[in-house]
Amino acid sequence: MAQQHIVKAFDDQLNALDAKIAEMGGLAESMLADAVDALSKRDAELAAEVVAGDRKLDQLEEEVNTLAMRLLALRQPTAGDLRAVIAALKISSDLERAGDLAKNVAKRTITIAKAPPVTPVTGIVNLGALVQGRIHTAIDAFVARDAKLAMDVWSCDEEVDQLHTSLFRELLTYMMEDPRNITPCAHLLFVAKNIERIGDHITNVAERIVFLVRGKLPERERHKEDESPYTEVRPFKKEG
Amino acid sequence: MRTMSVADRTRSGVIAEFPDAAAGTAAKPAAFETRELSVFYGKKQALKGINLDIDKGEVTALIGPSGCGKSTYIRCLNRMNDPIPGCRIEGKVLLDGMDVYAADIDPVELRARVGMVFQKPNPFPKSVWENVAYGPRIHGLAATRAELNDIVERSLQRAALFDEVKDRLQEPGTSLSGGQQQRLCIARALAVDPDVILMDEPCSALDPIATAKIEELIDELSGNYTIVIVTHSMQQAARVSDMTAFFHLGDLVETGPTDTIFTTPRDERTEGYITGRFG
Repeated sequence: MAQQHIVKAFDDQLNALDAKIAEMGGLAESMLADAVDALSKRDAELAAEVVAGDRKLDQLEEEVNTLAMRLLALRQPTAGDLRAVIAALKISSDLERAGDLAKNVAKRTITIAKAPPVTPVTGIVNLGALVQGRIHTAIDAFVARDAKLAMDVWSCDEEVDQLHTSLFRELLTYMMEDPRNITPCAHLLFVAKNIERIGDHITNVAERIVFLVRGKLPERERHKEDESPYTEVRPFKKEG
Repeated sequence: MRTMSVADRTRSGVIAEFPDAAAGTAAKPAAFETRELSVFYGKKQALKGINLDIDKGEVTALIGPSGCGKSTYIRCLNRMNDPIPGCRIEGKVLLDGMDVYAADIDPVELRARVGMVFQKPNPFPKSVWENVAYGPRIHGLAATRAELNDIVERSLQRAALFDEVKDRLQEPGTSLSGGQQQRLCIARALAVDPDVILMDEPCSALDPIATAKIEELIDELSGNYTIVIVTHSMQQAARVSDMTAFFHLGDLVETGPTDTIFTTPRDERTEGYITGRFG
């Protein structure tokens, strides 16, 4: 709602809450970007920075909680204002989880970087770029209160799931080719899963934005494309 | 006991007369139905064709900025606008299907059935006991002094006041605290066994503790009585009511379950008002 509150301090507090969410989104996005970058460049130092940066995200979530609690207690927000405060609480916890998962990617990157390179990580880089773009768009949708844009984010989780499934197959194949690939590929499986999970959290964020703007959740059932739980790759039988 | 008869003004007759009213009446019986209700003070129109049902046994809160018509509306329900010079009323107010403005309705009888509590507690300058006994006595509800005593005690108990005043029944009503005086006024309204209690800003002169006691009382009385409350405190409307109706500039903008109005209102004016964006 574009109109200002009669009490300006109320607007200031709601804007501060929005700013914190935007900051959290920006941080989660750059953590994921840096983690994937560190993985592709085998840069343990950058990965260590990502791990350390997660503290800032945790701290921001606490600040959102404090602000939201103060708003609820002192302003008793209603209607769109109430939905904004509830959305901020839920979105901040999804973004904080997204940051944790990016941190996990960075931790495994440190381990992977210690071993000699064995497998290409292009698939992971693509998956990371896709999810990173979704975080960015979701935060844009939040700031602009754009439910349609949030619905775009919400709908394209299928693509993330499809990429994750194909990565899963690829990594299984590498492992079967040479047992020496198992350690790095096992780590990469977790990396892929972590990024896919970030995508799920961003889907939640998108749902919250739709609820914030429209007062109801997206209506249609989202089509789930993650086939990795049912995926198997059989070894070739040796002739003779 | 009551002289008013529902007789030929049945609910089905009302619906036949106003076919639009049939929709939405199936779920809960309405205590009041208002149809195209307009009120004029001289040339000024204070209410513009209000269609609103007040559900039986529920608490309905009327909210809106000053001058929006909510007090005018509530005062139509027991004809408190009658004595105001230049006041003209169009449309229908039906209580259990009976036309409140029909020629054969005695406003005094109507006001016993539809009691009212005002912003400022207004006990009679008499004892606590007399304040409550006055109504049942003039309406002939008690044959003996003992019966009258019973009514007084029961009414004070229902108003959650008896324990506080049982040893002070002969003291002046005006010697009680503000919150107690307001509960005394509620007891006085309950003493004549009403169906409906109208409350016009009943807590605006009370401190938070006394306000909480009135709100607790409203909660206890709902179910047995239909309660309509006008309040400037949106938090109070949110706390005490089942249904909320938002008035603005003489129009009924939006009505619905209170939780819906306060979380996802449909109309921008409702949202603007309850979130504190216009005055």
